[in-house]
Amino acid sequence: MSIRQLARVRAVAALIAAASTALLTGCVGGAATAPDAAGTTTLHLVGYAVPKEANNAIQKKFAETPEGKDVTWQESYGPSGDQSRAVLNGLKADYVNFSLEGDVTRLVKAGLVAEDWKSAPTKGIVSDSAVVIVVQKGNPLGIKDWSDLTKPGVKIVTPNPASSGSARWNILAAYQQVIANGGTDAEAKAYLTKFFNHVAALPGSGRDATNAFLQGAANVLISYENEAILARQAGEDFDYILPDATIKIENPGAVLKDANPKADAYLDFVLSTAGQEEFVKKGFRPVIAATPIGEVVGANNPASPFPVPPKLFTISDLGGWDAVNAKFFDDGGLVPAIQKATGRSQ
Amino acid sequence: MTPSAGTVEAQQLAPTSAAEGATSVGGPRNRHRLPRAKSATTLTPISGLGLGIALTWFSLLVLIPLTAVLVQASAGGWQAYWDALTSPQTLAALKLTVGQAVLVTGVNIIMGTAIAWVLVRDQFVGKRLLEVVIDIPFALPTIVAGLVLLSLYGPSSPLGVNWANTRIAVFLAFLFVTLPFIVRTVQPVLLELEQEVEEAAASLGARRSTTFRLVILPSLAPAITSGAALSFCRAISEYGSLVLLSGNLPYSTEVASVRILSSVEGDKLTEAAALASILLVVALIVIITLDLISRRVARYA
Repeated sequence: MSIRQLARVRAVAALIAAASTALLTGCVGGAATAPDAAGTTTLHLVGYAVPKEANNAIQKKFAETPEGKDVTWQESYGPSGDQSRAVLNGLKADYVNFSLEGDVTRLVKAGLVAEDWKSAPTKGIVSDSAVVIVVQKGNPLGIKDWSDLTKPGVKIVTPNPASSGSARWNILAAYQQVIANGGTDAEAKAYLTKFFNHVAALPGSGRDATNAFLQGAANVLISYENEAILARQAGEDFDYILPDATIKIENPGAVLKDANPKADAYLDFVLSTAGQEEFVKKGFRPVIAATPIGEVVGANNPASPFPVPPKLFTISDLGGWDAVNAKFFDDGGLVPAIQKATGRSQ
Repeated sequence: MTPSAGTVEAQQLAPTSAAEGATSVGGPRNRHRLPRAKSATTLTPISGLGLGIALTWFSLLVLIPLTAVLVQASAGGWQAYWDALTSPQTLAALKLTVGQAVLVTGVNIIMGTAIAWVLVRDQFVGKRLLEVVIDIPFALPTIVAGLVLLSLYGPSSPLGVNWANTRIAVFLAFLFVTLPFIVRTVQPVLLELEQEVEEAAASLGARRSTTFRLVILPSLAPAITSGAALSFCRAISEYGSLVLLSGNLPYSTEVASVRILSSVEGDKLTEAAALASILLVVALIVIITLDLISRRVARYA
């Protein structure tokens, strides 16, 4: 390549860079200054990526209600923690939908969300799910429960609990199921150590973990029921097992303090049976008991998609997120210590 | 030469600026050293304006963000800094990252120079295609590169290997994303190199190895080392291509950028900045070392 050619390549690269910058600023500008046409309201939704389709379906239904008429949406989706930090750093939001309570708590601490956001009957939670064990089609290893995961030949992939907040549900489920089955803390720790000895990969996020599993990097994936159902709806061919003892995943939603009042109406709608129905269709468990549950494509049994496991525990059974983070995930916590022990022996 | 100060942040801009730098210092070292010494005294108003714009631009894009990283890192005091860096998991990640980056840079120095040589000196079918293909690691979003590498070296590899979630995967991913740097910095210098000098050396009885050592290598050294510096800095900050490939296993395949990401996710920004500042220092040390080597080799000319 001659120098002149090189210069030309560079010029093209500069043009592309300039164009994308213009595009980016255009988008940001559009979000901040979109002038509302007469009578319409723009609401800003910032959320984690998984429930995007459910949110969009709820928005469509909301638009048919008197409050939801003439509401248009500006949406931003990404990893839950990143999205929460983006709001903290000034990303405009009226309604947020995260995968972890801590991502809302961060905004409460910053004064962006009211202290009493958990005062509603669902305690700020807008959708539920459960940790499940995903296996290859036909379950060739014959896995039925957590105890089967520490058998020879099992290779587990689960998202990295350090870099992905929602990956922590999986680790907590693996630990607490021992307790739920009558075990002691020491036994739970011993199980978790064996569990980590079988971990083949800790990809950055839940979706990355699913991809790694589908590529064959491991024969067991620890995932979320809604994620498994959604992937099966998208045509992926694998089985999932709902263990008898597992953790209930709770995803929060909240309205910001200075939000447009319509956002409150939207949250109310999300928590109505009509709103919850849309979560159900995408594989989430409803937080409102009265929600009619129709056929859920992709579930093990589409007609009865959400059997309640005999020993379903919640984060509050473990003492809440603050206690859990200190005990398990912070420096000096159980998980880094186990990883140190198992990582060294690998 | 110190291309773009070799900062991690500047690396996206670096390929072009390095190529530029390499072109301008293609000749023997002293040729460009002279005007540099003079320019301090012969700054005309116009060139003064140019310098001002350049420095402002550089400050806005590089110096100020860098300072912010250092300020953030020092927010928790020395103790927090020390704690962040002495965590055994972080040390393991740093060791892996720097070690693999050094290895990869070594391979690139040899292979990159060889590829540049072939592209400049040899005529063959498909040369133009190769020219374009070399840049693909630059053009490909790194997560896509990771997918490509996973399908090539992962469990369903057509090569019959399974290197996913091993250190070999880290090495290969680094190798893939850093391949073009040395090729692209050495190529223009090689183009400018006058073959008559080599012929003269040969006619004076120099063996090919002597010609290479005393004539060609000293001219290429600045370009090779600047390419090596870029390639090293790119490698130590790599993340995207490893997301699916390396498995992020602590003490085994977890790289420094994943540690930084984990600190951010845990809302420990000070820890993240402390780690980032260490990567900066490592990069700086490598750049300076490479520059010293380059000067020493060039002195043979």
